[in-house]
Amino acid sequence: MNTSALILMVTVQVTVTALAAWFFYKILVTKPMAEPDSYSENDDVER
Amino acid sequence: MSTNTESWGSRVGLVLAMAGNAVGFGNFLRFPVQAIQNGGGAFIIPYLVSFLLLGLPLLMIEWSIGRFGGRFGHHSTPFIMDAMGKRRFWKYVGVFGIFSNIAIASYYCYIESWTMSYVYHSLKGTFNGMTQHEVAGFFSNYLDVTTSTTGIPYEALVFFVLCLALNTWILSRGLSGGVEKVAKVGVPLLIVFGILLAIKGTTLKAGTDGAVYDGTVGLNFLWTPDYTSLANPKVWLAAAGQIFFTLSVGMGSIQCYASYIKKRDDIALNAMSAGWMNEFVEVVLGSAIIIPISIGYLGIDRVVELSNIGGLGLGFRTMPFLFEQWGPLLSAIAGTCFFGLLFFAGITSSLAMGTPGMGFLMDEFNWSRKNAALGFGTIILILGLPVILFFNQGVFDEYDYWGGTVSLVVFALLESVLFSWVFGLKNGWREINMGADIKIPVIYRFIIKFITPVMLIVVFLGSIVRPVNDDWLGQSLGEWNFHNESIIGQLKHQGVGPNKQWFATAFYSENAGEVDSIFQLRKKHYISVSSHEDGKVTSSQNYRYLPAKHKLKFKPGDKVVKGDALFTGKVINKVFYIDMARLLLMSLFVFLAVLVYIAWRKRYHNQNQQT
Repeated sequence: MNTSALILMVTVQVTVTALAAWFFYKILVTKPMAEPDSYSENDDVER
Repeated sequence: MSTNTESWGSRVGLVLAMAGNAVGFGNFLRFPVQAIQNGGGAFIIPYLVSFLLLGLPLLMIEWSIGRFGGRFGHHSTPFIMDAMGKRRFWKYVGVFGIFSNIAIASYYCYIESWTMSYVYHSLKGTFNGMTQHEVAGFFSNYLDVTTSTTGIPYEALVFFVLCLALNTWILSRGLSGGVEKVAKVGVPLLIVFGILLAIKGTTLKAGTDGAVYDGTVGLNFLWTPDYTSLANPKVWLAAAGQIFFTLSVGMGSIQCYASYIKKRDDIALNAMSAGWMNEFVEVVLGSAIIIPISIGYLGIDRVVELSNIGGLGLGFRTMPFLFEQWGPLLSAIAGTCFFGLLFFAGITSSLAMGTPGMGFLMDEFNWSRKNAALGFGTIILILGLPVILFFNQGVFDEYDYWGGTVSLVVFALLESVLFSWVFGLKNGWREINMGADIKIPVIYRFIIKFITPVMLIVVFLGSIVRPVNDDWLGQSLGEWNFHNESIIGQLKHQGVGPNKQWFATAFYSENAGEVDSIFQLRKKHYISVSSHEDGKVTSSQNYRYLPAKHKLKFKPGDKVVKGDALFTGKVINKVFYIDMARLLLMSLFVFLAVLVYIAWRKRYHNQNQQT
């Protein structure tokens, strides 16, 4: 691959992957709101 | 009282369902083709700019609109928009949010059924030993429902009905019990399949498994930036269009999914996560599969030529042949992964298309979930049959153009105006940030109010007056030549050539050249007209005729001018099917608008009774 193609590809792909991973990680670690919230699976979980 | 008591099971499930809604065939088949046709690596610049200025704002708008409407018990756009704007016509604008989903699902489920069928054939080893021409021919056979080369009669129809039944059944299980479960399995699986294929594609070595070039040759071709292309408005419009369609905005399905979120729960982080997940699948995985693999075997020139027939052609006519080069076991695995990932990308989107119409029927007419799902399945079957039966007559393309392209732009433009200018950005911004788990940069206030609507106006006007050959700079206002795919070009039937009448007594040649053969293929008769330059065929078209009804006016070797009568006898031209498809779509829109009117009258009557 030529240098400009490689730099562009790596920059874009690393940035997009990092942002997608970071936002999804935030979804996973953010504590749920107190009930009643929008999600039924945690309805019987006491907090 | 509405029968709609749906809810999401978990936040991760909601985000995966939203990401699944956005991730579709376009991520793997359309994006790489758009990139190579619009400046290679440089395409990514307008693409990402469009994502930040058009895609993300529209995602925020649609999530907010949906959650706002859900507070009033509305789960489809007609009455969500009615709750946001004082004027009565907004609910009819909202009809687009049901109409587009039904129109798109009618052909989308068909493509989805191809992927099911191709998984079956990959596992069965149908493609083993076939030449490239035979694999391409297999696809043409498949689309012709009257012939079957696989032993299953009416195979395309059978797989379509199976696929539709599966969608209907999942929808009847509800959001958390059906849609969410499929998303939780389908989205991770498609990512895993995508990663496996991307690794295989990028590590392809010239000389092994019949490959002519390394996989990196394709990546190099795709990512080498041609910065001069940035000066061409065509590239910017293509990038904006790609962002628009890849995120599934302007359809009404995001609003429907978001309408089941409560007021205090986040939408900002959810929207960002689903949006960026779609970008990961498109930019990282989508760019590393079909282009590296196809260039590895066919070379750049051939792939550029094939890309002109679109990503669907590359995916279904070419990929099974390329996988075949990897041996029976690996080709079965690769075929299952590739068409399996397309299937999961498809079904997570088609399920999203079912929910707005179902939400409307449950909210307004108290239909049970199962009946609403059956209603959706029935209408898709009715509207899908013309697509299957008259695929080659252009019905598929009409649905895609009016239902899956123009409607989305119109609806997105109107909803962005409603959100920013009618509902008011002060209210809108509060809605976006209510319960937010992340802070949205304040610059987005300005972008949502001014930049996004202006970009949508530009995209819409661009699609109305798109010039021939996308030559924006070479046209003069006095003599503006429209592209066949511009809205004006479509309305004028520019692309149909000289056969502009529904019924005629002769069929006129749509290209100039020489009759190079009169042949029979799968019991059907064709006359082929080709033009040559320096001994090479530059264009060729086959026209089907019926020997019992038509009389040929030319013989092999004869010169033909465009517009010459190739054969005489009673002819039903393609334009008839095109106009019937448009009429069907218009009838669908009117039917939905009437339903909205009836629902509104019902609400009005109930309110009066209560007071």
